[in-house]
Amino acid sequence: MNHIYLDNNATTPVRPEVLSAMLPYFSEQFGNPSSVHWAGRQVSGALEKARAQVATLINASPAEIVFVSCGSEGDNMAILGTLDALSDKGKHIITTAVEHPAVLNTCEYLEKRGYSVTYLPVDADGMLDLVELEAAITPETVLLSVMWANNETGTLFPIAEIGAIAKKHQVRFHCDAVQAVGKVPVDVQAANVDLLVISGHKLGAPKGIGAIYIRRGTKLTPLLHGGHQERNRRAGTHNVPSIVGLGLACELAGQEMAEKSVQIKALRDHLEAGLFAAVPQIKLNGHPTERLPNTLNVSFAWIEGESLLMSLDMKGIAASSGSACTSGSLEPSHVLGAMCVEVTLAHSSTRFSLGANNTVEEIDYVIEILPPIVQRLRDMSPLYNCGKVDACESCDTLKRL
Amino acid sequence: MGARLFAPLYGFIMTQKKKRIVVAMSGGVDSSTTAALLKEQGHEVIGITMQIWDYSRFTAPDGQLFGSCCSLDDVYDARRVAEAIGIPFYVVNFEADFQSQVIDPFCNEYFAGRTPNPCVLCNQKLKFERLLQRAHELEADALATGHYARIVAGAAGYELRKGLDPAKDQSYFLFTLSQQQLGSVLFPLGAMTKEEVRAHAARFALPVAEKSESQDICFVPDGDYVRFLEEERGSGHKDGAILHVSGKEVGRHRGTYRYTIGQRRGLGIAWPHPLYVVRIDAERHEVIVGEEEFLQVSSLLLRNLCWTVPAPVAPLRANCRIRYRHHEAPALLTPNADGSLLVTFDQPQTGVTPGQAAVFYDDDRVLGGGWIQ
Repeated sequence: MNHIYLDNNATTPVRPEVLSAMLPYFSEQFGNPSSVHWAGRQVSGALEKARAQVATLINASPAEIVFVSCGSEGDNMAILGTLDALSDKGKHIITTAVEHPAVLNTCEYLEKRGYSVTYLPVDADGMLDLVELEAAITPETVLLSVMWANNETGTLFPIAEIGAIAKKHQVRFHCDAVQAVGKVPVDVQAANVDLLVISGHKLGAPKGIGAIYIRRGTKLTPLLHGGHQERNRRAGTHNVPSIVGLGLACELAGQEMAEKSVQIKALRDHLEAGLFAAVPQIKLNGHPTERLPNTLNVSFAWIEGESLLMSLDMKGIAASSGSACTSGSLEPSHVLGAMCVEVTLAHSSTRFSLGANNTVEEIDYVIEILPPIVQRLRDMSPLYNCGKVDACESCDTLKRL
Repeated sequence: MGARLFAPLYGFIMTQKKKRIVVAMSGGVDSSTTAALLKEQGHEVIGITMQIWDYSRFTAPDGQLFGSCCSLDDVYDARRVAEAIGIPFYVVNFEADFQSQVIDPFCNEYFAGRTPNPCVLCNQKLKFERLLQRAHELEADALATGHYARIVAGAAGYELRKGLDPAKDQSYFLFTLSQQQLGSVLFPLGAMTKEEVRAHAARFALPVAEKSESQDICFVPDGDYVRFLEEERGSGHKDGAILHVSGKEVGRHRGTYRYTIGQRRGLGIAWPHPLYVVRIDAERHEVIVGEEEFLQVSSLLLRNLCWTVPAPVAPLRANCRIRYRHHEAPALLTPNADGSLLVTFDQPQTGVTPGQAAVFYDDDRVLGGGWIQ
């Protein structure tokens, strides 16, 4: 059976060049970069090279990059570290209703401890109202946390405009850019971001490595206490092989992004057009244009996303419903909920996220194989067959598609 | 060995070509062995675990382990078993349905003075309804579970029969299965004893072969259902009188939901003879106690009946089981015009508990059942 991987927002394979670059740092150049001797010296240079590679991709200085273990750690560090460091200023956070759980659940944790959080709503395309955002800022507001690109729908927020608002009101701006870095240009200077989080495994580096950009002069309490690594910002022995991998992945992304994003977007648009032509009663979730080039989230009315994913998997096609972090506990997506997608439609949502390895043959295969699966599942769906489509509100919503 | 054990009962499987079979995997010995045996017979087996409950809601006191059938750890166990025997594995999330179809009725029943049976409901509403639907969606030919019961293709349709191991027979929990469901379901362990299943599990070197039996209700892993009910619905202002059958108040209670029919311990009453809970009146907040003879009941009324045979229109003699571990007793079943059914026992029975299921048998065959009012 052919394996077709359309879940690159969940994770990506480590690129072969990245793996090759990492391998010497397991056994041959094994030193601890904090050591003074030759073994440490062998790797400390590689560490700093990687730091520069990451910085270049997002237009930062190497000194502003701190390596962390994953995107979730970076987000926790940004939010918790800010609120602790700025505890004299206030206890109010502004974020959006569609953030990744790494941000949302951290904010909920803080709410239970006396902080107040404003969750900005989004419109039906998943877009923010910047007037509303600016109006939410109070003298108590210490942090604005807005993601660059939504992991489920791919919707891109106008980060530069949000950064300008944050700068105008002198509110610190944290951006979870885990889904954006490597897929679209990210410039922390142009966007006026103070804290920005990157995850390695979303762009061809291994799992278990990430980075946080901390604008020079930003006071941030560490999350992990211990040794003096990373200028006292993050304790723990450096994961040298993965840091080397992240560095190279960032450099390659910078070189190839312009070309590859055009190629991936063409495939994504092909998939989108093919599915909309072949399957009636489907709905695009996410912004029609302001969207990651690789992401397509659609609801197939009348069926459950869970069933479709399993049937696609039986054919070797890997897709996702919502974020992989909640798969296995398949709650209706909070992102689609915030976009006021009707609940049975939200349950039928499926995310296809493409990568550089996908081919037009693979996409053609999906366009061929998926419509009959959807029809088969609809034929078995009690809702589809209930015959009382005028009787309930959700059926009415579905009918209008 | 597997083939010898299966052949007489599962001729269906053995004579047909390779089938696609979904196995409901809990992570326990029985369902794991079911999956391994079907795989060994050459079928295309897909394992599915129903995630029905958020176990992060519980923390066992002093870190004790939960010995129940479907804990979160068991999802990991099921995944490990699926990996070990080399079958695809999925987790499906039925938490919302489990809450509305099993937990909510469970709580409602207790607070209405009855003692519910959530396992039957879970089988009826989730395992053989929603999970079976999932199996059909995957174009599976059948859904197999590790229940100790048998399905026999008879002249007049499928017959649901007891498992051959009398100590393990679970047919009581399956009386709601319709002919259509029986036609899509397999119980490969129905002709085996628990020892044989454990032997198979050891032969397959399943990572769960040594696991102990689950005892409690899966969503009350520590067995403290009173605490569970109070967490779900709140506690307090539910006090009332404990009355002797003579009408005399003999004590106070802190909520009728804390009691079940036949309960003797924990009543806190000084009385010359042992007293048992014989009736619970939730509306009046009363628990009625009496001597052992007051537990004797000669007839009972059932509603919401399910039949694996055509529903009787005339009185019918059958053996009737009134709870899982009850030895069924001969009785006359008399259908009423309103769809309910009167069971009249030849000999009075003790411990008839509203909220439990009564299941009718003809020898080892399940005829149907209903809910005790």
